[in-house]
Amino acid sequence: MSAVESLVLDIFTPADPEADPSAYVRKEGDGIETLHLLVDGVHCGHCIQKVESGMRSQPGVLNARVNLSTRRMTLSWKAGVAHPGELIARLGTMGYPAVPFDPDALRGHQADEQSFLLRCLAVAAFASSNVMLLSVAIWAGAFSDMEAVTRGMLHWVSALIALPAIAYAGRPFFRAAIRAVSARRVNMDVPISVAVIVTAGVSLFETITGGPHAYFDAAIMLLFFLLIGRYLDMRTRGAMRSTAENLAALASHPAIVVDDEGNRRVLPARAVIRGMAVSVATGDRVPVDGIVATGTTTIDSSLLTGETDPVAVVPGDTVFAGTLNIGAAIQIRASATGEDTVLADIVRLVENAEQSRSVYVRLADRAARLYAPVVHLLALATLLGWWALGGVSFHAALLIAVAVLIITCPCALGLAVPAVQVVASGRLMKAGVLVKAGDALERLAVADTVVLDKTGTLTRGRPEITNLEEREAADLQMAASLAVSSRHPLCAALVRAAGPVAVRPDTVETPGMGLVSGAGTAEIRLGNRAFCGIDSDVPDRGTELWLQRSGVAPVRFTFADGLRPDSRAFVDWLRREGFDLEILSGDREDAVAEVAVALGIDRYRANVRPDGKVARLAELEAAGKKVFMIGDGLNDAPSLAGAFVSASPASGADISQTTADFVFQSDRLVPLATAILIARRSRRMVKVNFGVATGYNGLAVPLAIAGLVTPLIAAVAMSASSVLVTLNALRLARMKFRSYG
Amino acid sequence: MNILLLLIPVALLLGFGGLAAFIWALRSGQFEDLDGAAVRILIDDEDTSSGSDGPTAR
Repeated sequence: MSAVESLVLDIFTPADPEADPSAYVRKEGDGIETLHLLVDGVHCGHCIQKVESGMRSQPGVLNARVNLSTRRMTLSWKAGVAHPGELIARLGTMGYPAVPFDPDALRGHQADEQSFLLRCLAVAAFASSNVMLLSVAIWAGAFSDMEAVTRGMLHWVSALIALPAIAYAGRPFFRAAIRAVSARRVNMDVPISVAVIVTAGVSLFETITGGPHAYFDAAIMLLFFLLIGRYLDMRTRGAMRSTAENLAALASHPAIVVDDEGNRRVLPARAVIRGMAVSVATGDRVPVDGIVATGTTTIDSSLLTGETDPVAVVPGDTVFAGTLNIGAAIQIRASATGEDTVLADIVRLVENAEQSRSVYVRLADRAARLYAPVVHLLALATLLGWWALGGVSFHAALLIAVAVLIITCPCALGLAVPAVQVVASGRLMKAGVLVKAGDALERLAVADTVVLDKTGTLTRGRPEITNLEEREAADLQMAASLAVSSRHPLCAALVRAAGPVAVRPDTVETPGMGLVSGAGTAEIRLGNRAFCGIDSDVPDRGTELWLQRSGVAPVRFTFADGLRPDSRAFVDWLRREGFDLEILSGDREDAVAEVAVALGIDRYRANVRPDGKVARLAELEAAGKKVFMIGDGLNDAPSLAGAFVSASPASGADISQTTADFVFQSDRLVPLATAILIARRSRRMVKVNFGVATGYNGLAVPLAIAGLVTPLIAAVAMSASSVLVTLNALRLARMKFRSYG
Repeated sequence: MNILLLLIPVALLLGFGGLAAFIWALRSGQFEDLDGAAVRILIDDEDTSSGSDGPTAR
């Protein structure tokens, strides 16, 4: 089972408020029970307060604590007094839909790794501050009258602090360096480890022999700065990924299985076996592939295939997992499960695409490949030069070579990328874009072709009223006052168009047909043409609602999947920025052509299957293009996984969100334009930072080779370059990014 | 210079104190929600909060 699939299926949880979450409840003893929840929509302090005080005011609830970074909540209550199902339902009515999860299933080794880095960082901070304290004394002593005995003692105390600290805090680098070397590669960790170990070793030798210079402060400070960079890097990736995982978990839907006695229970979709009867309510996604057993309805398969027009299904028809039931409630008999479903096919395609994705070498690693051999050769040349040609002792030459190693150790280089990435990810988060892969920003900055999906990406992927101008505002208000009682997507579109309206309290819904309010001459009906008793010549494509009142001519509302409000502006902006544009859609030829013409994109393909999309991307890649793929559907997931860089809207399918590099939360596409600008600027900034770091080396290395670098100069040079690089990255936080609109 | 024999251990002890405090904070979960901690300071007390939008509300 792939990572993607297990993510989607394992943390799969019931979204139905009626469903019993007791499987997730943990008994803590003393009659106290706890539950872990993923809470959607918590953004700020106000939300924390609302959710926590809302929960604490419930009888029996002992504690409620929201984690804003991960959007997760821990809830504990007295067993028997409060009921988990009711608490979750209460959260839902407060506007914060929540689902329970198993903390062990979601908690990867990421969190452990993060706290390991933090502990290393703390030890390095402690050791470097104390060693530096002693070093300052030694430096001061060098200019006054410190005796060799006192200096020796200070060196010994430094060694006592620094050596265990290096052994403890250096492990993240030593491990990575060993892994790299045993795989016959070179990364940043190799020169770091060599420099730290050699420096510590020589300093220890100097201390034992009573020499004047020991570089313990340099070695431990190096680790301290580098650990900051490493921790920041980890934190960006970890936080973004957990948010995306939450989104995916919230988007999954359970299967409601009906047994022979008519009892309903909630099962994860993967636990459904062939032949089980599954009930699918209005507005729910079909959880498994199946054949309709009872009921007729309309199915919207835009997320699965990209087709926008809903399809009517009757008993005997096949429906696929991932499609949306927008008509009446139906019951299906599961026909394919596990490996046989269309969903599983897509997951297999995603895996293949991930494997065939060409490997991108990060800027930092590319720098390391150049850097490591150069500095090691330089240090070796210094050693041999001084020893053989300079006529000094081997011991003196070794000390000078170590100074070269310390000065060239990629301290600023190690901070150059993470510092920029942390600031850039923060900016993107504010713009509504989550970054999931560490190198995604680097890749986005060099993309030159944008491939767009149509349904749900260029369009909203949900119906909107198309004949709004022709309708009276009063009619719209009246229709909306009924529609507000329904979860049907067409009703939701009516309500969005009408704005806030008063609810008609006596509204009754007939699923799949319509809504009725009042009786006799005051009766108002809103629904399909059969429900309203309408005889019309206009062809019915299933995307219309009628408003019927006695004595007034019936009013027809039509719906279609409209463009996002700024699709046109986004496409124009991309063109101005020099991107090649292409639409790949699974929808009908004429629907795709219409959008392509409206946006002025001449290259488009319709009726493309998921594997066709991947094949087209491979063609583009073979032609040397770096493709930025934007898509939302299940059918886009394989191409999102295979593209050079990819993005998915938060409204997209769960698999698409887990495979894409970026997830944007907006009705508009402008966050992506902002992301492109920020990515380009970050890349420039990373290069500037590399330049700063290299420039520092250019100044300091000649001094080191000439044998003029004392521990004091090494410490100053190192911290100054690291601070400069960090300050440079912080400039990104204050920059303005304007794309359009 | 004998004062060093006293001052160095004192400095180390203080440093160790800081390190121990940090490790304790890390273990007790105080670093698990840095974003939340930043906004929690602005949350009003529960009894005075109802109805008023706090300064953190967007």
